[in-house]
Amino acid sequence: MKIHLTSVFVDDQEKALRFYTDVLGFVQKHDVPLGKDRWITVVSPEEPNGTELLLEPSGHPAVQPYKTALVHDGIPAASFAVDDVRAEYERLRGLGVFFTQEPLEMGSVTTAVLDDTCGNLIQIVHSA
Amino acid sequence: MAEDVFKALADPTRRRILDELAERDGQSLFEICARLVTKHGLGLSRQAISQHLAVLEAAGLVVSRREGRYKFHDLDTGPLERVMTRWLRPPSAGSPTSTESAERADTTESTP
Repeated sequence: MKIHLTSVFVDDQEKALRFYTDVLGFVQKHDVPLGKDRWITVVSPEEPNGTELLLEPSGHPAVQPYKTALVHDGIPAASFAVDDVRAEYERLRGLGVFFTQEPLEMGSVTTAVLDDTCGNLIQIVHSA
Repeated sequence: MAEDVFKALADPTRRRILDELAERDGQSLFEICARLVTKHGLGLSRQAISQHLAVLEAAGLVVSRREGRYKFHDLDTGPLERVMTRWLRPPSAGSPTSTESAERADTTESTP
């Protein structure tokens, strides 16, 4: 078994697609109209056939309270691996991205947490 | 207020939280939890850490601020200075004024 698809609930799918591709650097894989919503997935350019991230609409009434509570406590909805957290932090901050946690070394792991502008916090991580 | 400060400092986990906030202000609950578990091996529940933060806030040692949708925690050492200077002898140590101020501090504490 392997992880084929995972998702984040985004407030605005179009805005999310722009952020996850133009800013974070993922590549769009699928974009299928689905009633008033779309089935949009992105993948890492390093692994075009790897795990897809679904940018899922936040329409369900349970989603907003869930997202609000997580953001309030600083809890990320997803975690992405990068080569160098500090370099990525500098790059993204230069693009206007807001971080709720600056790079933090915790033993062999370094993490930082950013706001995806669509109602989620995202952790970036690298291992030494 | 002083009673609250002593109570807050009596717990080792709460002292660790202050250690971590002294290193960097403006931490989310998530960051505080991550620091406690990775740096100090304190695998407490989020609720437990939240309660420790509430005690520190009641003592005025931690100030939390809402910034849009986020909540961050800052260290405030003001209350520490106030309770500690009580025993730090001023140049005119032993003078009636310093004793009076200590007595005043005790009286203030017992007021609900």
